[in-house]
Amino acid sequence: MFYDGNVSAERKEEKKQSKYAIDVENLRVRYETSSEVVMAVNGIDLQLKRGVTLGIVGETGAGKTTSMLSLMNLIETPPGVVEADHIYVNGTDVQRLSAAELCRIRGNEIAMIFQDPMTSLNPVMKVGEQISESIMLHGRVSKKDAMERAARMLEIVGISPSRASEYPHQFSGGMRQRVGIAIALACKPEILIADEPTTALDVTIQAQVLKLMKQLKTEYGTSMILITHDLGVVARMCDEVAVMYAGRIVEQGTLKQIFNETLHPYTEGLFNSLPNIHNRVASLKPIPGLMPDPANLPQGCAFAKRCPYAAQACYAEQPARKTYEDGHSVWCTAYRDAEFHIKRKG
Amino acid sequence: MDRVEKSCKNSAGVRQNRALAVWRQFRRNKGAMIGLIITAALILLAVSADFIWDYETDVIGMNIADRMISPGTKYLFGTDNYGRDMLARVGYGARYSLVIGAVSVLFGLFVGVPIGTSAGYLGGRYDTIIMRMIDAFSIVPSILLTILMVTVLGTSLLNLMIALAISTIPIFARITRASVLTVRYNEYIESAKAIGASDFYIITKYIIPNCFSPILVQATLRMGTNIISAAGLSYIGLGVALPTPEWGALLSASKQFIIQAPYLCFFPGLAIMITVMSINLVGDGLRDALDPKLKR
Repeated sequence: MFYDGNVSAERKEEKKQSKYAIDVENLRVRYETSSEVVMAVNGIDLQLKRGVTLGIVGETGAGKTTSMLSLMNLIETPPGVVEADHIYVNGTDVQRLSAAELCRIRGNEIAMIFQDPMTSLNPVMKVGEQISESIMLHGRVSKKDAMERAARMLEIVGISPSRASEYPHQFSGGMRQRVGIAIALACKPEILIADEPTTALDVTIQAQVLKLMKQLKTEYGTSMILITHDLGVVARMCDEVAVMYAGRIVEQGTLKQIFNETLHPYTEGLFNSLPNIHNRVASLKPIPGLMPDPANLPQGCAFAKRCPYAAQACYAEQPARKTYEDGHSVWCTAYRDAEFHIKRKG
Repeated sequence: MDRVEKSCKNSAGVRQNRALAVWRQFRRNKGAMIGLIITAALILLAVSADFIWDYETDVIGMNIADRMISPGTKYLFGTDNYGRDMLARVGYGARYSLVIGAVSVLFGLFVGVPIGTSAGYLGGRYDTIIMRMIDAFSIVPSILLTILMVTVLGTSLLNLMIALAISTIPIFARITRASVLTVRYNEYIESAKAIGASDFYIITKYIIPNCFSPILVQATLRMGTNIISAAGLSYIGLGVALPTPEWGALLSASKQFIIQAPYLCFFPGLAIMITVMSINLVGDGLRDALDPKLKR
């Protein structure tokens, strides 16, 4: 049903050796402009096991999209500067790849669904062509075969294949997002990054798109990273969750750990700012204050200023990672005190 | 499965369908159709000029007996001071104007569009250097630049076209770069990179098609301007030399008789005006028809 990428024997060997679909260590991304340096991502480690869906949660500007773009080496340099101990995608260090090798991996092994379906399609190209080009770029397929596969992809995402010869502006937002998904999945990538795939859609379409993604994931065993700030979407889709704040991961664990055994004060704040279905008249408790300016980050914990538990030490130094036996990690200085716990947990 | 097959048949004819759709849209525009018919007639006239008139006898051959005859039944456009039929001369002149306009614009596109695209797409220092050079180039008014080049290269039809083409390059480079810049930061460019498209592929399949309309419109407008510039240069004696019946040269030769025989100036001037106008009408119509967003 899908096209199988023409991967050299060497690449296959590399892939077999890597246990992780994505293995990133100490990723830092900053944007240098003439007036300031924006520290977008400040040292994150990320391991994505094969077949697992990882949710990355955090508010706007936390560095979610930037860190994902750097996985595909899609950050514009300049102004962007990407540094990392390593970025292994499917066992390949993407930082060391040439432009041509990158082109071979993008779309074929790692693909991306973009946030805004209104702008992520080429307005002067028919949707069928846009799906088929991804197939044609990664293998010697005739135009006719590629178009045939594109039509099937459309059918898979629930759009009549007869609409393959229409332009993006003739589609609704939800349909365009489904076209985006069809493009991303056309080459059956092993890793799929979905950057807020449902943010621009209304709720009914959201449910459809999520259902579709989940279905495709179980069918093809794709490893997936889902960027979102919707905790409901996370609960529905993800096996593991990483919470990001000001360019750092502050808490990471399984879905159950994050939702039921919350450790970090910021995660607690996120849950508190959700409406409570059992007590509909209760007022929401938003986190006071704003995220610090990424061009001017504090020396200590970036969340300290908004944190109800902040102590003197929080302002002085960066919190270190603390990993529990069950694999649940938290980056918070308060946990040096073994007795410390947040209110939600108690 | 039936639907899949049907849609594949559809997609096989994608190219044809697109051309057909553009044509359907274009046909609705009355002005554009008038422009197209006139332009087509002019091209036909230019191509078949040699079959209608004999260059040696009808176009440049003198006939002193019939000199300075006003427009009438025998000579529809009248005759000039050497007794040459103005209809033959103006008709034959279509050939020069159209060739000069088309060749100079095509050459300008050929050089200017790659310069502008690479500057806009690559950006950075390369962009700065290239565009400052283009700026330096366009400080000199284009007519002055053309005059300078024709003077250096010598007056001939070919040199005239080269000079016009060179003065056209900065305009295409600028307009291309500007439209590339509006396109290149769109999310669909990023998504094209994410499916593994190379820079060259992105430029040819994504950037240029999305910048096509302004370039096309500029090209047609520029063709009109270049025809006028060529006529102007011939008028001041720097273009095509007499007795070649280039419209500007005809105007120049007729200006001394403007009181006794105004028709001598009228017909070449009218020819220039109609040509430039019809080409511009076609360009406008094409722009509307090619924009997929306007399609209903």
